[in-house]
Amino acid sequence: MDWVNALVQGMLLGGLYALFAAGLSLIFGVMRLVNIAHGDLIILAAYLGLTVTTATGLHPLAALVIVVPTMALIGYALQRGLLNQTLGDDLLPPLLVTFGLSVILQNGLLEIYTADPQKINAGALETASIAVGGLQLGVLPVLTFAVAVAVIWGLQWTFYHTSLGRAFRAVSDNQDIAQLMGLNRRHIFGLAMALALGVTAIGGILLGIRTSFDPSIGGGRLIFGFEAVIIGGLGNLWGTLAGGVILGVAQTIGAKIDPGWQVLSGHLAFLLILAIRPNGLFPRISA
Amino acid sequence: MTTILKLDNLSKAFGAVTVADAQCYEVQQGEALGVIGPNGAGKTSMFNLITGTLSPNSGTVEFAGQNVTGWSAARRSHAGIARSFQVPQPFVGMTVFENALIAATQSAGMRGRDAERFCLTVLDQTELLPKANVLAGSLTLLERKRLELTRALCAKPKLLLLDEIAGGLTEAECQSLVQTIRDIHASGVTIIWIEHVVHALLAVVDRLIVIDFGKKIAEGEPKAIMDSPAVKEIYLGIEADA
Repeated sequence: MDWVNALVQGMLLGGLYALFAAGLSLIFGVMRLVNIAHGDLIILAAYLGLTVTTATGLHPLAALVIVVPTMALIGYALQRGLLNQTLGDDLLPPLLVTFGLSVILQNGLLEIYTADPQKINAGALETASIAVGGLQLGVLPVLTFAVAVAVIWGLQWTFYHTSLGRAFRAVSDNQDIAQLMGLNRRHIFGLAMALALGVTAIGGILLGIRTSFDPSIGGGRLIFGFEAVIIGGLGNLWGTLAGGVILGVAQTIGAKIDPGWQVLSGHLAFLLILAIRPNGLFPRISA
Repeated sequence: MTTILKLDNLSKAFGAVTVADAQCYEVQQGEALGVIGPNGAGKTSMFNLITGTLSPNSGTVEFAGQNVTGWSAARRSHAGIARSFQVPQPFVGMTVFENALIAATQSAGMRGRDAERFCLTVLDQTELLPKANVLAGSLTLLERKRLELTRALCAKPKLLLLDEIAGGLTEAECQSLVQTIRDIHASGVTIIWIEHVVHALLAVVDRLIVIDFGKKIAEGEPKAIMDSPAVKEIYLGIEADA
């Protein structure tokens, strides 16, 4: 039963990783931008959540109403003001600029919030649990997983059933032709980043409720996000959820064997899948 | 008659290669203008300059009375300029219908059911309706050419630029395409058509211009232009005095 428990807990943890990864996947899918600062943006969202809850006394889940639009606005401004200027045939400038942004964010957060670990207080939600078939499941992990599924479904629906989604796909398919169809590439990219950081805000706050965080842990979240995206296959959002689940399960099973193995076993699972299926488990049918 | 497009001294060069050399001409509302010239003469570059994917070194492009030289391609598309490409460039990962819908919603600014109904009408006109839900990447050459036309039409253009749309088609395919283009022209859309398939071109256009080395070298009534010695020499490779 212990092992079943570890498996289920790992799956639920995968929901959080999928939330980290969905934004990365979306940004890469629409504009071929590899965002090195993504992890730090997750942490920024967690700190924004902390500030909002302490300043207003709102429950962290209610704080989402403020933090998600704020992060979306930051995303749009960041894309229009900075990242659009780096996009072109060369992949290096966006990598360097987002790396620089990562350093700036980390140090900015350090300056404002100090290096002390913080946690978002969600009251009873943190310890509440439900019994399912002999397993005790935390309400928060179950909620996180449900949110991840809903977010991925929502993104998928947006991509394939809305005008905005068609614009995303058209720009991703052929930027030059999309411009001739009247699409303003820079604006569409801005909207994609806004959507991605809106999702990131959800991931950041759920992370902040689940564990303590400090300005330096963004890099680790970035790696988990990347691994989930790559395991699932680039450009496939449901694959990203599967990738997150595989990573989460590998980590909890590893931790079950030896607590020190948690992160390592996640990386090993990633390397193993990369060796067997370099394109990930569910790559999008290439266009 | 009102002038819909006016090129004034438009020039563009890539290093030593001149693709547009002080081009001047006007296109009237409702006209169908044919463009001929040898390969590499700068015909497609001229379209790129008109749609805004290339910016000129000097000169101006006026569209519907406005100087659009500094406008982005997207803005010109909203204003009513649409084109088809010689090598079809559909959004391959999207269905034929979605390709059409992008043009109708983004370029023509239509919404919801209106946009969908309009796309279906155009798809019917271009004979792609049976393929509406097929991925554009799986279409044949003729179908892709028709999709180019469909997308351009869904943008509700005032000015339609066609780039060698009849090239590579069989005679029967060409005939049916010509009929479609005639219908579009008859509906009031101004057309500029670059084409090597001269008989298809002559079946539609009212006027012809000839371009060589980025320069407009002749302009006038189609029959007269085709029979002029200069065109025979430059375009058809026949000596003027032969």
